[in-house]
Amino acid sequence: MAHSEQDILTGLAEIVAEETGLPTDSVTSEKSFTDDLDIDSLSMMTIVTLAEEKFEVRIPDDEVKNLTTVGDAVSFIAGAQA
Amino acid sequence: MSTARDVVITGMGATTPLGGDVASTWDAALAGRSGARTLDNDWAEKYEIPVSFAAQLAVRPDEVLPRPEIKRMDPSAQFAMIAAREAWADAGAPEVEPERLGTVVSSGIGGIWTTLDAWDTLRAKGARRVLPMTVPMLMPNSPAAYVELELGARAGAHALVSACASGAEAIGYGIEMIRSGRADVVVAGGTEAAIHPMPLAAFAASRTLSTRNADPAGASRPYDVDRDGFVLGEGAGIVVLESAEHAAARGARVYARAAGVGLTADGYHMTSPEPEGRGQIAAVRAALADSQVAAADVVHVNAHATSTVVGDLIEARSVRAVLGEQADHVALSATKSMTGHLLGGAGAVETIFTVLALHERTAPPTINVDNPDPELVLDLAREPRQLPQGPIAAVNNSFGFGGHNVALVLTTP
Repeated sequence: MAHSEQDILTGLAEIVAEETGLPTDSVTSEKSFTDDLDIDSLSMMTIVTLAEEKFEVRIPDDEVKNLTTVGDAVSFIAGAQA
Repeated sequence: MSTARDVVITGMGATTPLGGDVASTWDAALAGRSGARTLDNDWAEKYEIPVSFAAQLAVRPDEVLPRPEIKRMDPSAQFAMIAAREAWADAGAPEVEPERLGTVVSSGIGGIWTTLDAWDTLRAKGARRVLPMTVPMLMPNSPAAYVELELGARAGAHALVSACASGAEAIGYGIEMIRSGRADVVVAGGTEAAIHPMPLAAFAASRTLSTRNADPAGASRPYDVDRDGFVLGEGAGIVVLESAEHAAARGARVYARAAGVGLTADGYHMTSPEPEGRGQIAAVRAALADSQVAAADVVHVNAHATSTVVGDLIEARSVRAVLGEQADHVALSATKSMTGHLLGGAGAVETIFTVLALHERTAPPTINVDNPDPELVLDLAREPRQLPQGPIAAVNNSFGFGGHNVALVLTTP
């Protein structure tokens, strides 16, 4: 069953919060993973790995560099759902 | 009298089966409490492991560390970080140039939980689900590296591995780093987090674990005639080593002098100590010579004493061989009777016990010695024992699979 964009944002915020220690409500669509959330490349790959499992999608490595903001990731995941 | 090259201990931290810090661990040890308990899981039944107990941490790391740290550190690094933070604060967070600050933190086994969890994930879900932090978490230098990153230490970060002697060897190497002029302050110790069904099964397979399942608290009984093997424990101990000069300049409290290091190998067998204890004797003699402490001045020994039939016997003979008649007047403590065997953490936690014994002038007890083995002729402290006033010295022994022997000599400042 496809997740709504709101569900994806909520789920992704939980993953990011676990990884960074930030509160989930600070993980909003317009936030940049690197500039606002201080997420390095290894943490980003951890988030991608956990998101792939949670949302049952594939996020190719080539695509990760295009995911600048949380909203970018939500949109990609929503579009990648079967 | 101290000289510029003298090394002192100015901070200590620990998380053990007896307590979540040094103070609670020491209090429990003086009270003669055991940290061993029946495991609250189904491993013994599910995997047919003949041992159903262990000495798990008194305070779980997730009660202490924030969630992101728990997720990116193997338990062995979590334990080390908890102990390192306590030790650093206990030392008064010394101001030291990063280039003069080192870390040496060892584990005997390494990140075994991470290794095996990742293998389970790979087999069940495939490579795409293996987490990117897996390698930095499983590598055996991970605890040393995390402590290095925490403190911004740049004089070097090391992780010497010598099985159950690792924690003591780490402290020995830290002492040498200061003596050789590479560092003024070194955060050193050992950690282990191997209470997992696989190592439990493997140690049981080698017939080195006690199988006293009906009485976990009575299972670790070094020097008792009915000892039947060690009790697997977990935890970490970390000390802050500092040049005496650096400590004096900042007016630091000094617990003890880290006066001598003795390192030898048996060159004999992978798991059995050399029957005459030659390597053990040589290690203690080397540490005494290094410290310029006479055997007659040693008032306390924290023995390796894991509660195995043969190991305890050979060590007891070695101690007598080195100390001679003085062995009748040395309060000998086998603290693994309470903590279980922390493997790579053992030598470091026992160094802390030895330092506190000197500092508090009280040797901790050896519990569960209901019937002392008549073959082991030593002055065993079965209750907390007061140590003499004046300058005193103690020896901490640690030995490991592979024939590694490490002796540390500690003295009052």
